[in-house]
Amino acid sequence: MAETLLELSGISKTYPGIRALDDVSLRVCRGEVVGLIGENGAGKSTLMRVLAGVIAPSEGVIRIGGNDHARMTVSEATQAGIAFVHQELNLFENLDVAANVFIGREKLAGGPLKLVDNAEMRARVMPLLERLGADFTPSTLVDNLSIAERQMVEIAKALSIDARVIIMDEPTSSLTISETERLLEVIADLKAHGISVIYISHRLGEIMTCADRVVVLRDGRTVGELARDELSHAAMIRLMIGRDLKALYTPPKQSPQPGGCEIAGVATTAFPDRQINLSVRRGEILGLAGLVGAGRTSLARAVFGIDPLLGGEIRIDNAPVGVASPRDAIRQGIYLVPEDRKKSGLVLELPIRENVTLASLLDYVRMWLVNGAAERKVAKEQARRLSIKAPSIDMEVVTLSGGNQQKVVLGKWLSMQPRVMFFDEPTRGIDVGAKSEIYALMRNLADQGVAIVMISSDMEEVIGVSDRVAVMHEGSVSGVLEREQFSEYNVLRLAVGQTLETMEAAAS
Amino acid sequence: MMKKELGLFLLLAVISAITGAINPAFLSWVNLLNMANLIGLFGVFALGEGLVIITGGIDLSLGSMFALLGVVFIDLLTTYEIFWPFALLLVLLAGLALGAIQGFLITRLKMQPFIVTLCGLLIYRGAARYYTSDSTRGFGYGDEASTLSNIASGNIAGIPNTFIFLIILALILGVLLHRSVYGRWLYAVGKNEEAARFSGISTNIVIATAYIISGGLAGVSTVLFVFYTNSVSPSSFGNFYELYAIAAAVLGGCSLRGGEGSILGIVLGTALLQVLQNLVNILGIPNSLNFAVMGTVILVGVLADQQLQARRRRKAALAGLARTTPKPTLGQGNQNTSVRGATALPTSTGDHA
Repeated sequence: MAETLLELSGISKTYPGIRALDDVSLRVCRGEVVGLIGENGAGKSTLMRVLAGVIAPSEGVIRIGGNDHARMTVSEATQAGIAFVHQELNLFENLDVAANVFIGREKLAGGPLKLVDNAEMRARVMPLLERLGADFTPSTLVDNLSIAERQMVEIAKALSIDARVIIMDEPTSSLTISETERLLEVIADLKAHGISVIYISHRLGEIMTCADRVVVLRDGRTVGELARDELSHAAMIRLMIGRDLKALYTPPKQSPQPGGCEIAGVATTAFPDRQINLSVRRGEILGLAGLVGAGRTSLARAVFGIDPLLGGEIRIDNAPVGVASPRDAIRQGIYLVPEDRKKSGLVLELPIRENVTLASLLDYVRMWLVNGAAERKVAKEQARRLSIKAPSIDMEVVTLSGGNQQKVVLGKWLSMQPRVMFFDEPTRGIDVGAKSEIYALMRNLADQGVAIVMISSDMEEVIGVSDRVAVMHEGSVSGVLEREQFSEYNVLRLAVGQTLETMEAAAS
Repeated sequence: MMKKELGLFLLLAVISAITGAINPAFLSWVNLLNMANLIGLFGVFALGEGLVIITGGIDLSLGSMFALLGVVFIDLLTTYEIFWPFALLLVLLAGLALGAIQGFLITRLKMQPFIVTLCGLLIYRGAARYYTSDSTRGFGYGDEASTLSNIASGNIAGIPNTFIFLIILALILGVLLHRSVYGRWLYAVGKNEEAARFSGISTNIVIATAYIISGGLAGVSTVLFVFYTNSVSPSSFGNFYELYAIAAAVLGGCSLRGGEGSILGIVLGTALLQVLQNLVNILGIPNSLNFAVMGTVILVGVLADQQLQARRRRKAALAGLARTTPKPTLGQGNQNTSVRGATALPTSTGDHA
């Protein structure tokens, strides 16, 4: 067995009311590539933040080079040779490659002024870039580099601090196939030089290619470890799922009615060369599952008129509708409950009343002026219907809890006539009680004939609430599941880009 | 909401009372009417500036606009001998047009308001000076626009028309800003443009309209100032006036981050600035200290307001905590860890009130 570089044992991280990590252990040997997989929210990022010194574990020991730490600071982690290649790259686009590599520890020239020694930094970065096979120079501006090249800069930065363990969090999510292959070659080269890599990815194919060992997390626990010769898609997926789902499902009062919203051949700005075909009937809740970055939010934004539609057509009840702006969409009865309610859903400093009527204010106008009485009536009605808990409708929304804030966003739309509603992660950051209230509301709306699309990364929610589930993978719909086909296994298969047919073939 | 305005009014009253006690001439009828006239002159375009600031923008071009529109206005009346209502209308339209161009550049071409209006400041001033070959323009001995002149610089029962005009304008804009749909949209866009857009508000139009109103009011102010000074020297006419407007709006409770401020506040802010200027003269403070006094009062005023607000918010937060079950809240950083179930955490305590 190779020398153990790094060992995490019994790591737990508790937030009030929730155990984000529960007795997780992870060992990394010299020159080893460890794959770390798990569903959205399984605890991978939290674990890596512990390792990088960003958050302190509640329990457990971090052992590096024979020394035990109860927690690490960022600088201790760096000194211990742990480097991060971030999912969202942390580079300064306005600086050149060498300056980025040495950011915060710039080489200084002698003399009284201690000026930055650019020549020295560039000279030091040059061999690193050569080693990585990069075809840009240390003096290239990062702004001019592609995402793959920026990743090389991050790796060069890791090498420059003599990193022994490099953590890569979804490094290939924005890379093309050839760029991905090159990255995998670089990883093989790092490995040959005795540098270890922790490789976090949803792409099981890449994991199969590069990992020596795979650790699977689920609900904050280590649920399994697969050696190189045990690796298979099926084995990995089986470990990632496997949790009893609570019964959330309320069936619709009647079977879905004809009509609804059809999305035909739509291309979005996030994936201009992919087409999305999807239909949601009146009276049903369509779950839209997929991995983070699969293009679900881009679809919702395009249908709601925030981003331009790059082709295709949207039809409601078989009639094509044009949505060049949110105003058009709203006029057509297409509403969006956005992912980030604080940023896009609410004006936090305005009272509940003004937020509820923000989109429909022109309906409460008398002689060009806002009819305060009518407005109050509507806001009160929504507050009562949604049981928004607040002393008065004149309270600023910022003072409300997450669940009540979300209800205000809902109130804004329910005070009008919805035909198609997109809910983007409707229960993120919301407590359990308010969650079930929101599920009940969605069902209620569906029963009134609204077509509902619920984007969710919460598997329990997707399977528990939806009547059908469409799964997206890299910008297009990879499959639609009927209720009898619902399983985390199936959703995950489609989410990582495999089709149901191959899965069925493999099962038989 | 009215707390700010009340505070400002008290400040104004206290300063006036102290100044009046030291030198009773401050409260003399003549001095008060003179101040009222100046408040009227400076208040009109400060209101336009205030609307722009509520969108989260800024208009630096006002003073130069006065110079350009001023020389054009005088030229229309004297050289071209255009009937005064048409000249008035043309200047008004020119102001609206300049505002529309700035609004277009800011909303459609996504340029920063500071840059657009700074360039406006430079361009209009240059154009005015070139147009007149840097010479002062004034009225001849004829009575080119005596009717308009009488209206602009006259008075009703001793009260300057400019002041009366400001009050009427403030009432109209007050209704527009505080009671109309447009006003509601303006605040929403200023506070959170994205959420406004997600609510179907045409944010570009809302913002551009604020610049257009500001430009139109600059046209009106030009005419009022022209008849106040009776001549326009293109290199100095209106210099720094945009800064007076910004100062008045900020004193009056507008936040340069947008979404805050009221018409009453802006009017009171303008009044306070004029009182300060007047006080420098009347108390025999060296005139050179004029700007320094103004700067100090604005600095102290805004600082005090911020401290009071922070204290009020802390108090409210404490009261909120006491009302509900205390529960630790998650930091912003932790919320992003996307831990399954961590998302089920209440981020605030209101649910259990």
